[in-house]
Amino acid sequence: MKHLIDIKDLSTDEINELISVAKDIMSNPDKYAEKCKRKKLATLFYEPSTRTRLSFEAAMMELGGNVLGFSDATSSSVSKGESVSDTVKVVSGYADIIAMRHPKEGAPLVASLKSEIPIINAGDGGHNHPTQTLTDLLTIQCEKHRLNDLTIGVCGDLKFGRTVHSLIVAMSRYKNIKFVLISPKELEIPEYIKKDVLEKNNIEYIETNDIEEYMGKLDILYMTRVQKERFFNEEEYIRLKDSYILDKQKLENAKEDLCIMHPLPRVNEISVEVDDDKRACYFKQAKYGKYIRMALILKLLEIK
Amino acid sequence: MNIDSIQNGYVIDHIQAGESFNIYNYLNLGELDTQVAIIKNAKSKKSGRKDIIKIDEITDINLDILGYLDSNITVNKIVNGKIANKYHPKLPEKLVNIIKCKNPRCITSIEQELPHICELTDRENKVYRCKYCEEKVN
Ligand SMILES: [Zn+2]
Repeated sequence: MKHLIDIKDLSTDEINELISVAKDIMSNPDKYAEKCKRKKLATLFYEPSTRTRLSFEAAMMELGGNVLGFSDATSSSVSKGESVSDTVKVVSGYADIIAMRHPKEGAPLVASLKSEIPIINAGDGGHNHPTQTLTDLLTIQCEKHRLNDLTIGVCGDLKFGRTVHSLIVAMSRYKNIKFVLISPKELEIPEYIKKDVLEKNNIEYIETNDIEEYMGKLDILYMTRVQKERFFNEEEYIRLKDSYILDKQKLENAKEDLCIMHPLPRVNEISVEVDDDKRACYFKQAKYGKYIRMALILKLLEIK
Repeated sequence: MNIDSIQNGYVIDHIQAGESFNIYNYLNLGELDTQVAIIKNAKSKKSGRKDIIKIDEITDINLDILGYLDSNITVNKIVNGKIANKYHPKLPEKLVNIIKCKNPRCITSIEQELPHICELTDRENKVYRCKYCEEKVN
């Protein structure tokens, strides 16, 4: 039995296989409509994350399965202090697979050590969120038709933004990837990502605080939020936040086939005027998330 | 002071003076039925004073933890009255309940029953990380 706790749990071959199954589901949805008939997915969400939960539930439903679970810890037995292990042992008797979201880092791993059914980490604090990374990879594959030979701009909070860290780690498996790291000085990428991931894998990267400087070179622009609470003072925040808001003007020199991504929810880091641009892929990205989760559920349930 | 030399067993030598009781506890030597001698404040050519622990039997006791506790410690394995093997224990791959994860965002911060498991991720720099949250613990 296999779990998905960390994207590193999957080999490159397994990731490629998930992507190809997801693409097959997109082209032949009927073929998959009853694959999970009489199977149940339990969504154990110890903190609310409506977007992720709906994506998992829609995925299971489109496979013909059912869903049960809770969407925040206060309304369930876990609020009485039951351990993650105990909850999972009980739920193992009701469901066939679990998607778990938890505010504490490592909770899904703890769950997987005692579970009799597969566990999917649906986000553990700011630690891991492997299905987001799989979503990003499927989006890139579908929009660019390749995972090699790409120049990827990542913009925003690169210091605390773990989505970005996971994406960099995941893309470092592929050939001829270049990164343009765009952030204010205060939110630069941590040293260990540069040393242990980028430099170790001989990946070219440039750091800049100007979103427009390398715009014309990018194949992908991955936007993230610049959170106010990350700044020491309000003035700094106000001074910097607008420079990282993507609008039509900043896209002037961008490639025709640029792919603009964002893990969502967005606050204001992408101006709504960009939504109608054909290069905006972030809503499609959310849809791809459902398909990759379908492929993942099939894989973990060992359904062909 | 004289302690009989042992025929078969282990001599854990060059323990920092005063640390032998801690080592005794970490190794759970209290649970052994065999003879164990603790020698405190023995004379040492290198450092003035040292502690020594002698275990009078070859057991399958795991001494790897010593590599983490104090890399100066040497282990002498004695077979038929002779030193068969003398070594510095290597850093163990895994430490259970030796170091606690202090990350307040870690699941161990709210579930007291969980064992604190740390894994060696960088032998060169002696870095251990929490198995659950992957934060550095030392
Ligand atoms: Zn931890």
